[in-house]
Amino acid sequence: MSASAIIVILLVLAVTVLGFFAANWRRTGALDHMHEWALGGRNFGTIISWFLIGGDLYTAYTFIAVPALAYGAGPIAFFALPYTIVAYPFGILVLSRFWSVSRNRGYITAADFVRDRFGDRWLEIVVAITGVVAILPYIALQLVGMQVVFQQLGGFFAVGDGKIALAIAFLFLAAYTYTSGLRAPALIALIKDTLIYITIICAIVAVTHMLGGWSGIFSAAQSALAAKPKPATLLLPHGAYFVYGTLAFGSALALFIYPHSITSILSAKSRHVVERNMALLPIYSLLLGFLALLGYAGLAAGIKASNAQFVVPMLFAKIFPDWFAGVGYAAIIIGALVPAAIMAIGGANLFASNIFQEFSATRHPGQTSIAKMVTLAICIVALLFVVFIKPQYAIGFQFLGGAWILQTFPAFVIGLYTNWFNPKALLLGWIAGVGTGTYMAVQTNYTAAFPLHLGGATPLVGYGPFYALLLNLVVTAVATPVFNAFAGARGTDATSTADYA
Amino acid sequence: MRQNSWWNILLLVPFVATLFPGLYNQLEPHLFGMPFFYWYQLVWTIGSGIVLAIYIALVNRGASHER
Repeated sequence: MSASAIIVILLVLAVTVLGFFAANWRRTGALDHMHEWALGGRNFGTIISWFLIGGDLYTAYTFIAVPALAYGAGPIAFFALPYTIVAYPFGILVLSRFWSVSRNRGYITAADFVRDRFGDRWLEIVVAITGVVAILPYIALQLVGMQVVFQQLGGFFAVGDGKIALAIAFLFLAAYTYTSGLRAPALIALIKDTLIYITIICAIVAVTHMLGGWSGIFSAAQSALAAKPKPATLLLPHGAYFVYGTLAFGSALALFIYPHSITSILSAKSRHVVERNMALLPIYSLLLGFLALLGYAGLAAGIKASNAQFVVPMLFAKIFPDWFAGVGYAAIIIGALVPAAIMAIGGANLFASNIFQEFSATRHPGQTSIAKMVTLAICIVALLFVVFIKPQYAIGFQFLGGAWILQTFPAFVIGLYTNWFNPKALLLGWIAGVGTGTYMAVQTNYTAAFPLHLGGATPLVGYGPFYALLLNLVVTAVATPVFNAFAGARGTDATSTADYA
Repeated sequence: MRQNSWWNILLLVPFVATLFPGLYNQLEPHLFGMPFFYWYQLVWTIGSGIVLAIYIALVNRGASHER
């Protein structure tokens, strides 16, 4: 067995033990209480939250896909920077407000808030279902990221395209998430991100040393991009400006609506912790930027990947001694396990609190046990998805999930500031947004750039889900006075101004 | 309640600086061999963190530091 394989096995086993051990870490109450299991007791300080949220948002798939895009298509991949830059000024306003109202009123999901704010259980259910549906392909993509590494490792890991190793790793994950809840990924995130930072810093030092500095990397990447079947340069073509900006902006708006983001934000112990993290998390964006540059390093190093997703693992194999490549592989694998666990918990919270509860005759005291079972179910569904369906479909489905989750923006984010929208109008806007978002995704074969024809000679090419959100907002705003006038009494707002401070 | 919502204008800075690639889609000047388009965006990751840190300090000035 190779040194890299031994290192991977040791590190993955170590975090598995840690995952089970986490059940008793910083315990503040009985583990069958939802706040304990799902939100780690809502007691994480600045540093643990930084690792947890960073480990949650900057997923292994991101670390595979962004360099892959740079390797395959050049500068467009760097939209990941404005995306993960503007998410935080947006988050500092919205999330600190959401944190406060959730603490004051005991919410664990965005749908909990929407139910109270608009007094409408259908809106709550729609927001919850959107979250669950959007999270499934996102988890599946983490598995795709792990699978890439397993295939690169070869030997036993690559048996059945890496699916057997994948199933074993994921069953471990499901088991310790079931027993330890959010504490498992929180504790593992400390290890994961330490490994990631070490690996990336070493990789940057190694590639700049080996490939003639940044000027060497960029000039070699420039030639390689020019020689692609679809040639690119080191700069964006003019026609790509709008899609670059709207893709970054729309993605940033969606980022903190995802259930896994909500889960890790609500586990912070104070509003100050949330705010401080918005200022500290951009450090991960810097890391992501350097990771994207590794895609260029791959071009410069002459790596010929038939599938661009292999560029980073192949680069590790080329520039590192075998044992240290193992550290890098382990970092990506563990980097997939952390967000996958949080995503499963976030989806399970929505299902248990906002879907199951609304359809059960009595408010169920065993909510936590339901959420735990649903976590297992979500992990298994995501695993089956990857084992039996082509990764390409997972990527397309994830794109759709992003388009759909963005359509809960009016109810959730604008709802944090005003209850002016009529809940039925919000539902209608959601239908319009999801419908057009899906249509545009299919039209563009699940890619971001949708050409919008506005009557001029050239269409305005932008991020399709962003256009869908604009339509959603217009429909909601126009329908609100209509529903207010004709649809009878609307639900009452259970929150008060003081709850948000 | 926090006062001084004028400080919220600070939060627009990272948006304006990074969402319009026409502002920075150029090769020169290079820094450590890196074209402007790349290092400009890398610098803004830390830059926006600093803007947010300043914002937090300003809005919480004088506010109670309990919690």
